[in-house]
Amino acid sequence: MLRVENLEVNYGVISAVRDISLDVQSGQLVTLIGANGAGKTSTLNSIVNVIKKSGKVIFNNKDISRVKTHNIIKSGLALVPEGRKIFINLTVDENLRMGAFNNEGFENFKSEVYDKFPRLKKKKSQLGGTLSGGEQQMLAIGRALMSKPKMLMLDEPSLGLAPKIIGEVFEIVTELKKEIPILLIEQNAFAALKIADYGYVLENGSIELGGRADELIGNDDVRAKYLGG
Amino acid sequence: MDFSIFLQQLVNGASLGSMYALIAIGYTMVYGVLRLINFAHGDFMMVGAFLTLFGYSAGIPFELSVLLAIVGSAFIGVMTDKIAYKPLRDAPKISLLITAIGISFFLENLFIVLFGATPKAFNAPEYLTKVFHVGEIYLPISVIIIPIVTVLILTFILYILYKTKYGMAIRALAFDIPTVKLMGVDADRIIMIVFIIGSSLAAIGGIFYAVSYPSIDPLMGIIVGLKAFAAAVLGGIGSVTGAVLGGFILGFTEIFVVAMFPELGGYKDAFAFFFLILVLLFRPTGIMGEDLERSRF
Repeated sequence: MLRVENLEVNYGVISAVRDISLDVQSGQLVTLIGANGAGKTSTLNSIVNVIKKSGKVIFNNKDISRVKTHNIIKSGLALVPEGRKIFINLTVDENLRMGAFNNEGFENFKSEVYDKFPRLKKKKSQLGGTLSGGEQQMLAIGRALMSKPKMLMLDEPSLGLAPKIIGEVFEIVTELKKEIPILLIEQNAFAALKIADYGYVLENGSIELGGRADELIGNDDVRAKYLGG
Repeated sequence: MDFSIFLQQLVNGASLGSMYALIAIGYTMVYGVLRLINFAHGDFMMVGAFLTLFGYSAGIPFELSVLLAIVGSAFIGVMTDKIAYKPLRDAPKISLLITAIGISFFLENLFIVLFGATPKAFNAPEYLTKVFHVGEIYLPISVIIIPIVTVLILTFILYILYKTKYGMAIRALAFDIPTVKLMGVDADRIIMIVFIIGSSLAAIGGIFYAVSYPSIDPLMGIIVGLKAFAAAVLGGIGSVTGAVLGGFILGFTEIFVVAMFPELGGYKDAFAFFFLILVLLFRPTGIMGEDLERSRF
């Protein structure tokens, strides 16, 4: 579904991502784990060309390395950005409408999303900025789903949420996994590996380790560094 | 002041305020999406007025000249963005500001070269210059038409902003450009729409100005543009309703102060900037702006 080859990202002279290659098959949930500053967000943002990169990205058998961000999204690759980035000055309904900007049949998609997230439906006329963190995360995921993507990329959906809400968010991701291939980026390594099929460990901008998620959980090195021994 | 004079000044104020409001909207919308005070914006009213004069004196019917002038100004506005501002999207805001001032000088001098620096008479068709007398009130027809057309245009703009998906994208863009791109929206196209709206409204303001004060020159946009900018700040930069409010407040004040204190007439241009200073001192975010980071449309 998505193949990334030799991805490099530099901020001026600082190298953020070095020679990353990864692969997401259809039907898979793949997770990219790593500490703060390991280059996780840079990787995702560079895949959709929000930031500059070198390297090759193949999505759905098409080379999208040089395609503009909005056209990548149109081709079916959706990104839920780090920190949710809800439009706080737009209502919940309008946020979803933005997600479906290029689609007809907005009303149908909207009710699908509201069925998934009943809590959002109750607040559909409220401004996005008035929602709680968990609700904003649901809205961000719902908004991404509005574009009817073929694949979803999630950037730290658990960031800044209470432990109970993190549990809810991971349940949602587990449900979504049945419908759509997902590339999930997480600091919360254990929770991510538990629901993933495959995992990559990112350290200082390059991939240290890749393997089946259950194997990574069993790996002593990974346990010591990311899973608290 | 007796009642008929009061009414007279009221319509005059509404007419002047309309022009400021129309031009202020462009300032505020471009600021909203690009965080740029587009100092070339005032010159678009001049471009609108000159293109109308050019078409009309070349024998094109007045209405068609107006339409062509609006389209022409919108085109120049869009090209300004594409050629001068777009390459600087990621540059420091101060580079953008200086570029805008450069564009302003460029347009003014281009029109001096093309049309000469001497003021040109703008003879609008007769039906626009007719004058009615209602009791003691003296009503040029343009003074009635201008506020009515302005209100219609404003309603249309607010409809676009709040009821269409493109308006929604403009509001979203004002908040967060990268995330708008993540919605599969071509942000540059939305910015183009903003420039089309802003420059057309400025051109309409310029045509109104030419009809009301029938002499135009290539530097006419400077002072009116600066006053419209003051109006946008007064209303709260980034807010469309604020810009309209600021425009009308400025228009009414200017007319009424001069009517009540004729000896101050020579200082009428100073009021706008007096207001600007007051606003910046006591309420820097303007009337409608609550918080500089949140006041968007």
